[in-house]
Amino acid sequence: MKNILLIDICNEKLGFYEFVKPIKDILIKNNFKVIIRHYTKLRKRDLEKIGKVIICGTALYDDKFIENIDKFRWLIDLDRPVLGICGGMQIVGMVFGGKLCRGTEIGYYNEKFDNDFLGLTGNQEVYHLHNNYVDFSNLDFEIFAGNKIVQSVKHKEKEIYGVLFHPEVRQKDMILNFCNLK
Amino acid sequence: MVKKLGILFSGGKDSMYAAWLAKKEGYKISCLISIVSENEESYMFHTPSIRRVEEQAKSMGIPLIIVKTKGKKEKELIDLEKSIKLAIKDYDIEGVISGAVESVYQASRIEKICNKLKIACFNPLWQKNQLELLEDLIKNGFEVIVVGVFAYPFDEKWLGRKIDAKFINEIKKLQEKYGINVAGEGGEFESFVLNCSLFKKKLIIKDKKIKGSKNSWRMDIKLE
Repeated sequence: MKNILLIDICNEKLGFYEFVKPIKDILIKNNFKVIIRHYTKLRKRDLEKIGKVIICGTALYDDKFIENIDKFRWLIDLDRPVLGICGGMQIVGMVFGGKLCRGTEIGYYNEKFDNDFLGLTGNQEVYHLHNNYVDFSNLDFEIFAGNKIVQSVKHKEKEIYGVLFHPEVRQKDMILNFCNLK
Repeated sequence: MVKKLGILFSGGKDSMYAAWLAKKEGYKISCLISIVSENEESYMFHTPSIRRVEEQAKSMGIPLIIVKTKGKKEKELIDLEKSIKLAIKDYDIEGVISGAVESVYQASRIEKICNKLKIACFNPLWQKNQLELLEDLIKNGFEVIVVGVFAYPFDEKWLGRKIDAKFINEIKKLQEKYGINVAGEGGEFESFVLNCSLFKKKLIIKDKKIKGSKNSWRMDIKLE
């Protein structure tokens, strides 16, 4: 299914333009059908009609979603591919039992991908904008990039992916590769 | 939700459109912050003419903070931080808005300062399609003119031109032919807003002076 559900986790209305709309624009340009829901307004039936889910990021200051992690428990039983971006990756990690840690990275950083991750390999210059990350070390996730601060993961059994950086800035194809997964 | 915001303001279309979006979404614009760089090749800032920005602020009825900088790479950032601190102190702002579209250099430095000062930072034009941005300006009644051009194949004939449907068509053709950025965020051209719904009174050009050569031209304007 070409339907992609974008989940907006911004508490600030202005955050939508910076963290959800750029991803929406990439998908629309590539002929995907996009449905956008704020995480506080997500209904069970929203998850039934879609092919894949992307949980978008949010502004540094805007991290109220951390207090509402219970609103993302549906991730555990969902049988659709999910990509969590930045705050979205933190949500994925916390729902599956990971601990939230403090660690700030802002701007371009080089990250090395030893194995192919949704088309990313070798050294990549990625855009970071986060004050937190999740410790994935003892979870059922394979780590693709990042040493102390884990940058990209995939669940060992499920089609659940996470990236701490913002692929909508420099790695737009990665988002499309996720959306085109069979 | 944060309420009071300061706009990093150059007087051009990007920072003005960002301000307009903030207002539309229910935020209060408490002040405008303009960094005036003595270096025309500033790494961080478009270098607005002080007088012009003052006229815009007056028409909007919003206080303006002006901080001058010599425009040296890292010193600029210290001056930017100083101006944001001043806005926090004098106008209780809880966040800053910028008109950054593509520049990670610009956006990440503003983000770092705001993060350090523990206030919010918004870039509502981030990654926005350049053509869509120009069309949104027209759709929402912005009157914007070109006040500077800095790249081939632009010349002095572009100065003073209004951003309208005809402008967009011509610039689209240039984009196809020369690969220039249609909204000028790569520094190809500089714009100035004469009117939009944030203004109480439209600004009218009284006099203009053109200077430059080849593909680099500026237009100094005097407003009524």
